[in-house]
Amino acid sequence: MRTADILRFARDAALGTPLRTSLSVLAMSIGVAAVVVLTALGDGARRYVVGQFASLGTNLVIVLPGKTGTGGFNPATAITSTPRDLTVDDAAALLRAPAVKRLAPLAVGTSELSFGGKLREGMVAGSTSQLLEVRNFELAQGQFLPDEDWNRGSPVVVIGAKIREEIFGATPAIGQLVRVGDRRVRVVGVLKSAGTGLGMDTDQLIIVPVALAHALFNSNTLFRILVEAKSREAIPEARDQVLSILKSRHQGEEDVTVITQDAVLATFDKLLGALTLGVAGIAAISLAVAGILVMNVMLVAVTQRTGEIGLLKALGATGRTIRLAFLAEAAMLSAVGAGVGYLLGHLAAFGIRLAFPVFPAYPPDWAVIAGLGTALSTGLVFGVLPARRAARMDPVQALMKH
Amino acid sequence: MPLIELTGIERVFQLGDSEVHALAQLDLAIDAGEYVAVMGPSGSGKSTLLNLLGLLDRPDAGVYRLENRDVTTLSPEEQARVRSRRIGFVFQSFHLVPRLTAAENIALPMTLAGIPPRQRAERVGRALQDFGLEHRADHRPDQLSGGQRQRVAIARATIMEPALLLADEPTGNLDRHTGDEVVHLLEELNGRGVTLVVVTHDPALGARAKRQLVMEDGRLKQDSSTRV
Repeated sequence: MRTADILRFARDAALGTPLRTSLSVLAMSIGVAAVVVLTALGDGARRYVVGQFASLGTNLVIVLPGKTGTGGFNPATAITSTPRDLTVDDAAALLRAPAVKRLAPLAVGTSELSFGGKLREGMVAGSTSQLLEVRNFELAQGQFLPDEDWNRGSPVVVIGAKIREEIFGATPAIGQLVRVGDRRVRVVGVLKSAGTGLGMDTDQLIIVPVALAHALFNSNTLFRILVEAKSREAIPEARDQVLSILKSRHQGEEDVTVITQDAVLATFDKLLGALTLGVAGIAAISLAVAGILVMNVMLVAVTQRTGEIGLLKALGATGRTIRLAFLAEAAMLSAVGAGVGYLLGHLAAFGIRLAFPVFPAYPPDWAVIAGLGTALSTGLVFGVLPARRAARMDPVQALMKH
Repeated sequence: MPLIELTGIERVFQLGDSEVHALAQLDLAIDAGEYVAVMGPSGSGKSTLLNLLGLLDRPDAGVYRLENRDVTTLSPEEQARVRSRRIGFVFQSFHLVPRLTAAENIALPMTLAGIPPRQRAERVGRALQDFGLEHRADHRPDQLSGGQRQRVAIARATIMEPALLLADEPTGNLDRHTGDEVVHLLEELNGRGVTLVVVTHDPALGARAKRQLVMEDGRLKQDSSTRV
């Protein structure tokens, strides 16, 4: 029997029982769609988190005050148990480290910004001109903080896109005098809208020179020091240099924590990659179930078409022809199911992206290929048994069942 | 030279503890172009004989020579090939594939044999004309009358131009008038040289054949050709 004839015969046979065929196609397509959607969610989460970290800046080394972890007895800790604060001078000292390209101290607090009778509370970040490059901020209007002595603190402010919109609306913001806390400052720049970056909504940020922030909050400590290493390879080096400089400045006590963005990124990448794989595995179970269902449907088809099989044998069909016809039917059920599932899955992923634009719910290629491959191969594997049963049928017995 | 030569054929079925001899020590020769009716009561072995002649069943003992070739020792695949090329079946209940049209049903043996579509269409067209089914080509079996269905079945049985046509109660599901039409059709085919073996209960149909075989308990009780 010619291949085209086998395919047409199998197709007609499948279409002869529309309900049964569509149900098994549905089962297979749900399996494939589950793989596509679930891996899209898993991989989307991975991409989202990785993207969030990457948007913090490149080759970033973050210095936090305080040390978590258990150390041995140290004469220094015996005398002073509280960690020293990070200061602007600490930050300035880090500039001497050869692996450091640039850095930005960061002092954070909450305060109000008021203008023309409108008052808005927001997160105030005290920093320096280099924060722009270190954090990969982009300006929509004006300019960033001036490059000046870190202890000077010019009365200027750079605001987030949302603050500008809510305070100024349609009127130009650049050059306006506003009040931040008890200081009058001039708006020099507006950040481009970028969305949330790890809990820090840049659209609602109020950025002032670090000295001004210290004056506002009446303190002299830093929340973080953001250090940018010279290159990706220089990150571990920068980390060591930062640690040793701060240790020597803090009387030999290692009372800071240094996180490298790379390490965090790699951890999250691995973690969420494993999650995606696990989710794909769960979805694959539904594919196996769908394969068994296809087998069931084909077994029923063989039983129902016993008379027809007897007839085909009487008309000169070889066992091989009958086996191929039933295998083709099983393969067709799973192929169509896989195709429909693929489209359904992509449609659902598209729906998710539409509903949550920030969430990149794209199914990874490996998952799509694995899903389709599993669907087709389970369909074929589970089709073998019914096809063999059909081919081995005794024609005399089969003909009597008509 | 006979078309069919059976020598010492035995076919035993196991029914519980007892053995049933469906065919016992059967010797039979049928020449090419003969018209043979096989008659006898139910359970006499008529159908078993027909299945055996059609290579659907294998004997437990004995030799079946078809066109001077021992077909009992052939593999199932080789037997299928012989069935495809040399043997046509006509059944009592027509055995048409319900989802296929009349034309597709007629073409089925050619499709199974892997004959190219163009040649198939040509031969099906001729067969439809020969059997008066031109206007029924695209009808499905449930849209055809009983007589039309059996004509489709006969067209299908002869489309591969077999040497042997086996008919099992071909008029059993038809009224007298359409039954006669079908019988005339079969006899016409026999007139063109096809060997025709008809299994029937109907004495009137049996009497039309040039040779009658009467079976009882798996044995040939009477053969009109040897009695003369």
